[in-house]
Amino acid sequence: MKNKYSIFSLIKNAFSYHENWQRAWRDPEPKKEYDAVIIGGGGHGLATAYYMAKKHNMKNIAVVEKGWIGGGNTGRNTTIIRSNYLWDASAGLYDHALKIWEELSQELNYNIMFSQRGVMNLAHNLQDVRDLKRRTHANRLNGIDAVWLNTEEVGKFCPIINTSQSIRYPVLGGTLQKRAGTARHDAVAWGYARGADAMGVDIIQNCEVKGIKRNGDSVEGIETTKGFIKTKKIGVVAAGHSSVLASMVDLKLPLESKPLQALVSEPVKPIIDTVVMSNAVHAYVSQSDKGELVIGAGTDSYVSYTQRGSHDVVEGTLKAILELYPIFSRMKMLRQWGGIVDICPDASPIISKTHIKGLYFNCGWGTGGFKATPGSGDLFAHTIANDEPHKLNADFNINRFVSGDLVDEHGAAAVAH
Amino acid sequence: MSKNLRIANSKFIDQTSRISFKFDGKTLYGFKGDTLASALLANDIHLVGRSFKYHRPRGIMSCGSEEPNAIVQLGNDPSMTEPNTRATEIELYEGLEASSQNCWPSVNFDIGAVNNFFSPLIPAAFYYKTFMWPANFWKLYEYFIRKSAGLGKSPTQPDKDIYDHRYIHCDVLIVGGGISGVMAAKTAAKNNLNTVLIDDKNILGGTTLFQQNESFKINNSYSNDWLKKEIESLNSLKNLTIKTRTSLAAYHGYNYLLARENLTDHLNINEKKDKIRQRLWKIRAEKVIIATGAIERPLIFNNNDRPGIILSSSIKKYIDYYGVKCGQKISLFTNNDSAYETAISLNNSGVIVNSVVDIRDKTNSLMVKQAEKLGIKIHWKSTVVNTNGYKKINSIEIMKLSDDGVAVIGKKIKEECDCLGISGGWTPRVHLFTQSGGKLKFRDEDNVFIPDKSELNQISIGSCNGDFELDEVIKNSLNSTNKFLNVDNNDYKNLEIISSKEIDKKNIWLLPSDKPMGKTKPFLDFQNDSTANDIKLALREGFKSIEHVKRYTTTGMATDQGKLSNMHALGIIAETAGVKMGELGTTTFRPPYTPLTFGAIVGRNVGEFFDITRKTPIHDCHVEKKAEFENVGQWKRAWYYPKKNEDMHDAVQRESKAARDSAGILDASTLGKIDIQGSDASEFLNRVYTNAWSKLEIGKCRYGLMLNEDGMVYDDGVTTRLGENHYLMTTTTGGAANVLSKLEDYLQTEWPELDVYLTSVTDQYATVSICGPNSKKILSKIIPDLNLSDDEFPHMSYKNGLIDNIKCRVMRISFTGEHSYEINIQSSYGKSVWEKCFEAGKEFNITPYGTETMHLLRAEKGFIIAGQDTDGTMTPVDLQMNWIVSKKKFDFIGKRSLYRSDTIREDRKQLVGLLTDDPKEVLEEGAQIVAETNKKPIEMLGHVTSSYYSPNLKKSIALAVVKNGKKLKGQKMFVPMKNKTINVTITDTVFLDKENKRLNA
Amino acid sequence: MFLINCPYCGERDQSEFSAGGEAHIVRPKQPTELSDGQWAEFLFMRKNIKGVQLERWNHAHGCRKWFNMVRDTSNDKIHAVYKMGEKPPIK
Repeated sequence: MKNKYSIFSLIKNAFSYHENWQRAWRDPEPKKEYDAVIIGGGGHGLATAYYMAKKHNMKNIAVVEKGWIGGGNTGRNTTIIRSNYLWDASAGLYDHALKIWEELSQELNYNIMFSQRGVMNLAHNLQDVRDLKRRTHANRLNGIDAVWLNTEEVGKFCPIINTSQSIRYPVLGGTLQKRAGTARHDAVAWGYARGADAMGVDIIQNCEVKGIKRNGDSVEGIETTKGFIKTKKIGVVAAGHSSVLASMVDLKLPLESKPLQALVSEPVKPIIDTVVMSNAVHAYVSQSDKGELVIGAGTDSYVSYTQRGSHDVVEGTLKAILELYPIFSRMKMLRQWGGIVDICPDASPIISKTHIKGLYFNCGWGTGGFKATPGSGDLFAHTIANDEPHKLNADFNINRFVSGDLVDEHGAAAVAH
Repeated sequence: MSKNLRIANSKFIDQTSRISFKFDGKTLYGFKGDTLASALLANDIHLVGRSFKYHRPRGIMSCGSEEPNAIVQLGNDPSMTEPNTRATEIELYEGLEASSQNCWPSVNFDIGAVNNFFSPLIPAAFYYKTFMWPANFWKLYEYFIRKSAGLGKSPTQPDKDIYDHRYIHCDVLIVGGGISGVMAAKTAAKNNLNTVLIDDKNILGGTTLFQQNESFKINNSYSNDWLKKEIESLNSLKNLTIKTRTSLAAYHGYNYLLARENLTDHLNINEKKDKIRQRLWKIRAEKVIIATGAIERPLIFNNNDRPGIILSSSIKKYIDYYGVKCGQKISLFTNNDSAYETAISLNNSGVIVNSVVDIRDKTNSLMVKQAEKLGIKIHWKSTVVNTNGYKKINSIEIMKLSDDGVAVIGKKIKEECDCLGISGGWTPRVHLFTQSGGKLKFRDEDNVFIPDKSELNQISIGSCNGDFELDEVIKNSLNSTNKFLNVDNNDYKNLEIISSKEIDKKNIWLLPSDKPMGKTKPFLDFQNDSTANDIKLALREGFKSIEHVKRYTTTGMATDQGKLSNMHALGIIAETAGVKMGELGTTTFRPPYTPLTFGAIVGRNVGEFFDITRKTPIHDCHVEKKAEFENVGQWKRAWYYPKKNEDMHDAVQRESKAARDSAGILDASTLGKIDIQGSDASEFLNRVYTNAWSKLEIGKCRYGLMLNEDGMVYDDGVTTRLGENHYLMTTTTGGAANVLSKLEDYLQTEWPELDVYLTSVTDQYATVSICGPNSKKILSKIIPDLNLSDDEFPHMSYKNGLIDNIKCRVMRISFTGEHSYEINIQSSYGKSVWEKCFEAGKEFNITPYGTETMHLLRAEKGFIIAGQDTDGTMTPVDLQMNWIVSKKKFDFIGKRSLYRSDTIREDRKQLVGLLTDDPKEVLEEGAQIVAETNKKPIEMLGHVTSSYYSPNLKKSIALAVVKNGKKLKGQKMFVPMKNKTINVTITDTVFLDKENKRLNA
Repeated sequence: MFLINCPYCGERDQSEFSAGGEAHIVRPKQPTELSDGQWAEFLFMRKNIKGVQLERWNHAHGCRKWFNMVRDTSNDKIHAVYKMGEKPPIK
């Protein structure tokens, strides 16, 4: 049983100079065999393991991670959480996640700092207006709390946006989802890891998967840098590296892995207390609790596994930032970094069985996976445990690329995540 | 100045030019050549800020970009103020105003300092463990956390300064103008290599510039004198460009580097105006030589963060370079020889050196001997266990170290002092090397990471490569440079060098204390307030990886990016976990090296230069007519032309009516135009459009739909056959560039056997469209000799014509359903033709109409707009445009996708018309359509894509996509709005003139 | 920012180019004879290799020519470029 975290436990531990805190999770060697193995110790993978143990009573399971948990896109994204998606399937998926976010700190007894400070999406041309209004109408009917704001209301909600109509691409309005916001990314991985570990899940770091062993149409286990691990169920949640894992069983996925960059400024006192996304000019910004402006840039157009991108993408993003927030010109970029995002042609994820028995993939989240973390984990856990998708992820199967029944958030609204 | 802390013999400070400045509202004085930090120290001001978490008093700690504490808010003009600037890097100028950050009400009395009292309760990452009760209170907690976090304040008004970009392509880029950089620059430039040398200081020379010590001599001169001559000799080199005040920000792959040059930050306030503030150099170098030197390490012991505790080498720079005494009774604490150099300098300047506390056993290098000779007291094998003084250090406590170095023994000695210099050895500045993708190796003997392997054409020389002794620096730099540049520079071959050698080495990452660990505060990351205890806590809690520890404790994540803290964090982790440092790896150093203004990154691409603005040749006419414009891609298109007192609705109603009743005129120049030639042009069109083209007669026009390979509508437009092997294709305004790219792609990669050539002619032609029942009469006035009879010039055909002897192409095509012509003429005549049409149309009340009216008119006819009525999920069949999909053609782009199991479904969303029960009710575009309002969850069947009030039909009309819409004609549906539900009926998409009579009217 | 050696123009900055994804995916000559699955293979499925990959690039702001590149996606090192229709010079 894990010690509960609270102000009281902090006080208690202060008397012993914090010498007696328990480990947040164990550091076990892999067992010879598990009932299921999750490949990938990011937020999604750890959440999957957590819900498998918690809701499906699968406790003899392991999460294997090539590096350190939360070190991939979980620790590299701009932490935006929202559910104002257009299509029913997406809205269902992301709002499922949002509802879990709202209770997650208490559920995990780990403050993941979910901050419902609202997310605004801005419109800069008439088609943006149509698309965003369309989405808002759909959201309302799907019970999602997004509303349309005119330019004046946008300015009122976030006064530092330049809403002058004489700029190159003036703000013509926007949508606001108040339940949306941000969370502390590292804490999400750590909170799930601590919770899963407490239920007996083995989290095995520095363990790279080198091969997937199959027997005919089923999987038998994985070859890792820490030896062979036998298992009949494998859930792959490897984000940018999904195709690499898939190639181990000669499976091709409809994915391309591309660099996505982000940056933070030096910390300053609160200046922007919501999240503003502007797809047309490519500028996403929020301010972390530490005071840094957290800015998301775009993806490069080429495949790369280097976690670096081109400077012109960053330049283009900051250009848009200064167009919308000319007051930030003297702010300074403190740090920039890149992640590898696996992008599906329809910009929607895959949470699916495959034609190989016991092999499941959760991938294709592209630039927007963080917001789905709890929902993705919950639904993937359900899919693996029952060998059947939950109704909320049934549409996100691999077969949609064959039938043509895409969940085309990309084409439909041209709104990035 | 209250105390005389300035010595008179500095060569680098102009003591004849006094500069006044303000710090925290108080007027102070310094000299030209000072930094804000040196001027403050000269004024005996150490306390300049408060730390991030515990609000502990903090002072100036260094003299460069690694400064974690002395960060200030510069200026107080709301548009020009700059947060988080390092006092150690700000050159003093007349009128400078700076203030402390992160304190209230003042740096001397800061309420936030209660956090220090509560510090036992708030160890690393405490916030993950609390603030969870009651659940909905996080919002409130967060408000206060956010308010207390952050450092400086953002400007609140737009920046008035300008920033700039320029490019450099050079043979050799040398980063760092210290002794090895200067030697390398001379070597490169002398050998006819186009060379650029940059340095972030305002003067070349690095630390050798003020190294005047018996223990360091070159050819019988002091090392500083020798280097000065070398620097002077650079002036005569033609191939060499020197950029000072230029900081290398980022080193990307393929030797692409970014450097920020400061042009006005050092100028007096009245000199800054209208000048470029910063310039970002984008450098592509054939070869790069990194000579960025090393950073002195602090030592980690209890209360090592008090104002007055300064890196030993910085104390040396303040005295030798700026002529400023950091104190009057200075103690030094070290694990290596360099503190002795400081002691000697201080002694020579008449500052009392209390003692040197050295953790090593006795050593006798040249320099140590020199210090001993001067009578400087040395505490061998000892450590500082504590410091005292709140706002400034006033004493240290010293104890002997045990043999194994893990404990302290014997009696505690208290030594009074007003400044403590600390030196924990040196860390090579490998940041740029690792940014570029280079791999490091760990050198155990002196605990440094040094460059190992790199894929790029680069080397590191001098102390950033791990060479710390003067003779090594010179010899190795020379050899490496010669080899790297493939030259043979003999200038430095026979130098006589005297260099003090460090003999003994000892390193303890976390120095022991006489108190229990939990009761001490040994700071690692001074700005973020993380201590060695925090690192150990993280390790205890199972955070093993260096990245985990860094994130859990926030060590190395402050504005100095861990320049002073990273090595100790690694060391303490390695020690605690019992692993070798070399095996632990390092955290990733990410660009930029020092924080870089957004302004510099963006350069001139702000305001009107944010993006290209494309205007048609007729643009001025629209401006004259007071048109409102809409952005379509980069184009400015006339949206509507309001007359006095008209709003958009009024204007559009008037324009729409005029176009149908008499004559309208539209600037269609923005439509994409692609000239297609070649013997396989027809075949090419067959493959890219859904319909057939081979049989189109010369002189005829045809509408085409282009799909993506996934079967979804991509673009549309009319293509005209100009000759046997010659077509002119039009595309949508927004899609033009993408269509051309896509066609080129297929042509070059899939069908290279086709003889086809594509040329964009969008900008070459202006297009004037006139429509309405009187359009024919107007055209006949402009081109009188053109036979406009329906037989001779029917709908969907084209003719060549002459307007005042200028050739033009006239297409009889219609996007409004009216009798209509499009005149295409060389761009430069566009305006003139527009005016001619106006003149000729005057008698028919020819009315200019914008895109909004165009959209309305075409909607009356049920014509789609690709991108508005389609969204990347609509097939031509979904649009009920089956007629345009050739069944005979073997293949075209996207054909196969139309026959997938989902795309052949009958009940997909299909394009339909919608009429509101209340003809006055205009639907909102984007509104959703449902069949039942009571069902939960409500099933959305589709949405409104286009909606207008039609003045010609005197009712509201709309286009929509509705699930199974084809079969639902006549059905009642509902459009649920926020406050009401609108009743609608599904109809045909054509609302006006179903028989197309008006085309020939 | 890569430095790309366009086979027609020589070395140019990456900003002049656009990437076109995996190379040598030939558009099927008889699409109608393919199953939905086979067509999806052409349409969507990609190797997405970590390592040496053959890929298409276009000198979009230059000569507008498409060409192929051999690039290691694990470190972004460009090994070679070659014209459309030519065989890859490596492997």
